[in-house]
Amino acid sequence: MSEPTDINEDMRTRRRFLREGGALVSGVVVAGGLVGRKASAATDTAENLPPNVPEWMKTPGDPMGSQPYGTPSSFEKAVVKNIAKDLPQYLSASGRTPLQDLDGIITPNGLFYERHHAGVPTIDPAQHRLMLHGLVNKPLIFDMDDIRRFPSESHIYFLECSGNPNYKKPYGKTASDLVGLLSCAEWTGVSLKLVLQEAGLQAGAKWVVAEGADAAALTRSVPIEKCLDDAMLVYSQNGERLRPQQGYPLRLLLPGFEGNMSVKWLRRLRVAAEPTYSREETSKYTDLMPDGSAREFTFYMEAKSIITRPSGGQQLSAPGFHEISGIAWSGRGKVKRVDVSVDDGKTWQEARLQEPVLTRALTRFRLPWHWDGKPVVIQSRAIDETAYVQPTLAELLAVRGEDYYYHNNAIWPWHIAADGEVTNALA
Amino acid sequence: MPSRESRIAIFTAFTLVCLAPAQAQSPYGIGRVATPAEIAGWNIDIDREGDNLPPGSGSVSHGREIFDQQCAACHGARGEGGIGDRLVGGQGTLATPKPVKTVGSYWPYAPTLFDYIRRAMPQNAPESLSNDDVYAVSAYILSLNGLLPADATLDAKTLSSIKMPNRGMFVGDPRPDVKNPACMRGC
Ligand code: HEC
Repeated sequence: MSEPTDINEDMRTRRRFLREGGALVSGVVVAGGLVGRKASAATDTAENLPPNVPEWMKTPGDPMGSQPYGTPSSFEKAVVKNIAKDLPQYLSASGRTPLQDLDGIITPNGLFYERHHAGVPTIDPAQHRLMLHGLVNKPLIFDMDDIRRFPSESHIYFLECSGNPNYKKPYGKTASDLVGLLSCAEWTGVSLKLVLQEAGLQAGAKWVVAEGADAAALTRSVPIEKCLDDAMLVYSQNGERLRPQQGYPLRLLLPGFEGNMSVKWLRRLRVAAEPTYSREETSKYTDLMPDGSAREFTFYMEAKSIITRPSGGQQLSAPGFHEISGIAWSGRGKVKRVDVSVDDGKTWQEARLQEPVLTRALTRFRLPWHWDGKPVVIQSRAIDETAYVQPTLAELLAVRGEDYYYHNNAIWPWHIAADGEVTNALA
Repeated sequence: MPSRESRIAIFTAFTLVCLAPAQAQSPYGIGRVATPAEIAGWNIDIDREGDNLPPGSGSVSHGREIFDQQCAACHGARGEGGIGDRLVGGQGTLATPKPVKTVGSYWPYAPTLFDYIRRAMPQNAPESLSNDDVYAVSAYILSLNGLLPADATLDAKTLSSIKMPNRGMFVGDPRPDVKNPACMRGC
């Protein structure tokens, strides 16, 4: 909860917004005042505007069955994954979620971020097997029907790549450039604990080594505590079977841990006394400190937030009312509070959190705001249920230096110019 | 409907069965037993001590041939990097403003090199090299990094005994390590 003074501040803001906002209703808000891309050519054509009857009401639309698997409106063509055009190669590569174009907390499956180390395999589920062996009483092999026979559960969790982004310039222009290796979905599968108990853990079982069936045979070690807590074996995402890019037909899901550990195309779990020290947990996914030491097994994704509207690449159409909206998340649990500053960090006020606020899921926050048309810097910071506060980039760099690479959870402030253009204030 | 008491009893019994740490009986009876041969075919994990390294061996000179043919296109003629990571050099740079992370400068354990090359390289044809060839090309990369003599031959025992220069430099996760005071006014 906020302190009383913050509530008063919030009430004052709200009263001001009601007073001034009312006058604007016929102006900015209705006249396509949504922050974002410029209106398309079609909406400029007066023929389809009042008092005329729009053309799409004078002829029947597409018949049933023209799209057996529905796709977005053709007017939303620009909303696609953000994939750099100049990557050295596209087999070990990543594509980002266009966070600034999305509302709510759920990422549509087609826009879920992707990171893979040797391309996306095409796996026939009938020929896929999960092997569970090592320090177990009974090593087992499961086919996909077996996995789906276990009691199932569904949970909404975010997933975030730990290199999201790194610490070096040039910094990204848009929310997607900066933290687009982040998505959130409702996952359905079986608790890993149930599957491990099916084989029976032996004394000394401290780690589970997970391996993917991709051409990288990507391998990560997971502490047994996580495996017996909220880890899942997942086969569905947002109601439908996993997409190939997300590990079809089966993936590990470790809520709140760096995305690389939620091994996709999961084919093997080896219960062990020690981590395997794979390349992905030694050469990569370790954090180099300025003194030459390196942190290993840095699993948690710490609390983070970003304003997605208005955000870099967008344009405020006019001064007046604008809702500030963004997302916050923490690998250590629930988001407790999000503070927003609209004066370059001099003062902060508490944003409203959209219910439900879920453990290790994205949380949408909002703040009503009146822009006076002057240049301004806006930013958000998340505070999670462990009372951890999202740091500034300067605070992170002071401790970790810019070669740390992973786990950058910095505040990203946006600069809004007098003409309404929004850009990265640190770039 | 069973009585409340009997439902609790059933539930308790069920929970006990499920939570017993090392019961022989599988709670759901799902899946089939994996045979030792199936496990041996799939388990390609090699830990930091070199456990599970297969028999076989390869020389630095043979490794150079493999590298020239199958690796250099992506990693550079002498492992200096290209589409694929730089594999050579960088020792002594990690604590400087321009750290160079390579197999030689950064990797803590030599057996990981065999594990990774066998499972993932060459990127265009993973799991295509014989174990002897993986030993050989690992030997070549280690020799380019000054960690093996040019006339050496590598096998399970020699690979496990190599002490990588950066081995002692890895520490656990001390986070949260950065504090934002969460100033609200006059910041
Ligand atoms: C088609 C290009 C390509 C070829 C051919 C190739 N590699 Fe690679 N290699 C890569 C890429 C790309 C990566 C980084 C992969 C990643 O990070 O997911 C890599 C990573 C590596 C690494 C890990 C480097 C590190 O520091 O983490 C090693 C070791 C390696 N390759 C060895 C080899 C060997 C040995 C061969 C030949 C047998 C080979 N590669 C052939 C592209 C290639």
